[in-house]
Amino acid sequence: MYTAITDQVDESSHPKSFFYKYIWSQDHKVIAIQYSITAICVGLVALVLSGLMRLQLGFPDSFSFIDPSSYLQFVTMHGMIMVIYLLTALLLGGFGNYLIPLMIGARDMVFPFLNMLSFWTYLLSVIVLMASFFVIGGPTGAGWTLYPPASILEGAPGASNGIVLMLISLAIFIVAFTMGGLNYVTTVLQARTKGMTLMRMPLTIWGIFVATILGLLAFPALLVSAIMMLFDKLIGTSFFMPAILSLGDSVDYSGGSPILFQHLFWFFGHPEVYIVALPAFGMVSDVISTHARKNIFGYRMMVWAIVAIGGLSFVVWAHHMYVSGMNPYFGFFFATTTLIIAVPTAIKVYNWLLTLWRGNIHLTIPMLFAIGFIFTFTHGGLTGLFLGNVVVDLPLSDTYFVVAHFHMVMGVSPIMVLFAALYHWYPKITGRMLNTGLGKIHFWGTFLGTYAIYLPMHYLGFLGVPRRYFAMGETDFIPQSAQTLNAGITISAIIVGLIQLVFIFNAIWSLFKGKMAGDNPWQATTLEWQTSQTPPVHGNWGKNVPIVYRWAYDYSVPGVKDDFIPQNVPQDEVVMLEGNTGNNGENQ
Amino acid sequence: MKNTELPTTERHGDNKNTDLSWQSVNNDWSNDKQILDMPWGKLMMWIFLLSDTFIFSIFLISYMSARTAAVAPWPNASEVFALTIGGHHIPLILIAIMTFILITSSGTMALAVNYAYRNEIKKTVYLMLATAALGLSFVGLQAFEWSKLIIDEGIRPWGNPFGAEQFGAAFFMITGFHGMHVSIGVIYLTVIANRIRKGYYQNKGYHIVEITGLYWHFVDLVWVFIFAFFYLW
Repeated sequence: MYTAITDQVDESSHPKSFFYKYIWSQDHKVIAIQYSITAICVGLVALVLSGLMRLQLGFPDSFSFIDPSSYLQFVTMHGMIMVIYLLTALLLGGFGNYLIPLMIGARDMVFPFLNMLSFWTYLLSVIVLMASFFVIGGPTGAGWTLYPPASILEGAPGASNGIVLMLISLAIFIVAFTMGGLNYVTTVLQARTKGMTLMRMPLTIWGIFVATILGLLAFPALLVSAIMMLFDKLIGTSFFMPAILSLGDSVDYSGGSPILFQHLFWFFGHPEVYIVALPAFGMVSDVISTHARKNIFGYRMMVWAIVAIGGLSFVVWAHHMYVSGMNPYFGFFFATTTLIIAVPTAIKVYNWLLTLWRGNIHLTIPMLFAIGFIFTFTHGGLTGLFLGNVVVDLPLSDTYFVVAHFHMVMGVSPIMVLFAALYHWYPKITGRMLNTGLGKIHFWGTFLGTYAIYLPMHYLGFLGVPRRYFAMGETDFIPQSAQTLNAGITISAIIVGLIQLVFIFNAIWSLFKGKMAGDNPWQATTLEWQTSQTPPVHGNWGKNVPIVYRWAYDYSVPGVKDDFIPQNVPQDEVVMLEGNTGNNGENQ
Repeated sequence: MKNTELPTTERHGDNKNTDLSWQSVNNDWSNDKQILDMPWGKLMMWIFLLSDTFIFSIFLISYMSARTAAVAPWPNASEVFALTIGGHHIPLILIAIMTFILITSSGTMALAVNYAYRNEIKKTVYLMLATAALGLSFVGLQAFEWSKLIIDEGIRPWGNPFGAEQFGAAFFMITGFHGMHVSIGVIYLTVIANRIRKGYYQNKGYHIVEITGLYWHFVDLVWVFIFAFFYLW
């Protein structure tokens, strides 16, 4: 052992001044909160953008400040912000940072300084991205996939400056993610406390761990394509640009391959779906197990399903490209691999359901969101089977069916888990409970609202309504009633958007007035709930790091007095029911 | 579930089975604390290099894709990269020298790691500085190569007189990215060598030399692939 985990706290390393404690902090918990607040703020910007898009779609010609260009810019920025700057940053930078050291019993990440640098670099990437709203021409409007040649030619909104800032911001984000991600992987592999074997880790950590590895291997593709497109834009190379006419004039490009960009983008883009989904899978497993007071069903299968999904996610990317003009034979291969992913994913869904089966279900707010997730995820997953098949995908490509599918599966579902996680871990992060009444309003509004938004979109997709259109205009195949549906979707979307304010209010109000939480309000087994202070102090554990004696899911063990046994309770300290001296706990 | 039955002590201590069977691999990976018996920094460098491997692989695959997709003919590398020395027209001579220098620097780096673990600090510092100097001369020769291509032969990222314009674009991008790695490596080596000289690692141990070496060997290995795909294809 080269660098055993320091069991004793080094008091001298705790910063005393406010500045070093809360701003230039190297404490993983403070960094996590910085990440989370930045991500949520930028996510609110994206939420407002989606509201503006919906206003135009629901009530065309009513809002003079939304012209076709700004509509496309809203679409693009909404997508990019939500996928990368909100979901990736909040799930890995936020929850990854907060939970990894606490759940594995470490005092901090292995390289705290690098961790701090990761946040500040992320903040820089957000600032560069936001700057694109204020440059001449505005942000890019090329769609979040940024497909060339359109994205860098005159005619696409923001092709002069916005696209440059977008690409630079992405490159900076990748640097930030790499610094954080190296830390997460190394911490999980090397800094677990005594007794915390890999197969005793909570599924949250497994999800974050595998997602981070995916990120470290997938983001390079985005980095390289961003660099190449920047060169195409700024110094006139022709990596992605064929000889082409732009606004009637031929431009100075020749011989490049736009489809190469699509391959590179989706080699990143598809694993990105799972970078977002896997931490959500992990966290929802822990929330369901805790609030159903039952061990997770099939822990090993859950772990291997996460690993299998992670591996498979690298060989399915071209299912985003069935209509791109690539060799049609590729479709067969990529359709097959895509449908194979349904197997481990279905294992996970069944196991969540079997965990709930005959559990002692507490319908707390985190649990409501977790159950909501099972609905939205199953729903979005099933439409994925439609789109994974080439013949079904071809007529549905670029319609609202696709929009409905990916919003259900990677928009709404991870966000349901994020809310479950925020309600679940807020008491540990702040020491106070979130208000339950407001939480119920928030849940039902969000859950029912998302169905009001996305169910009709499936129908619009079957009608053939194309996505990313500013206005439908007159067509033979889209009936007038589609517009009525669109107006209804817009009204639901605005209501759902406003309901998020209830959550923001709840989070701020509870910070000062919420009920005190205590150390372990949910009576959970995992280590982060066993800290002696709430919120945990710098260094996390008091004098000694905890020792782990069991897996993370000892709920409702027969014969034991409490319905949970924390991971750090040794077998001989488990309090049995009177008259029961057997070692039932051991046989679980 | 076996989970609650696992002993609480570290398991490899009482594992007498030392042959490399699946059981022992399994035991290692289901161990608590550290999976891999190495310092945190070294593991982190390995993971970083894995990620960096993906970056270079994607650069090279993109280059191959661009080369096969290009409509204009691809320039003949051995002509473009030829050098006339003393009236003799020798193809690829400059790049051969550069490759030789870089491979040699891997040798000096390996020696530095060896001496670091033997606690022969003076030799370690000199060998690291020698490695840095070889790296610097590589970057210098690359600058010479670039200026020759740009000024004498008129090759630009957006076009060249020999054929497909992707040639210049891919060449400057990939060798530039690699040259940046070498330059960063030179700075990294110099900083670490200076710290070793000042005794910064006296109590911490000299794993840092091996970690630096990992990075340096990686940069060399990448060069072999760039060399093969760019100059020999």
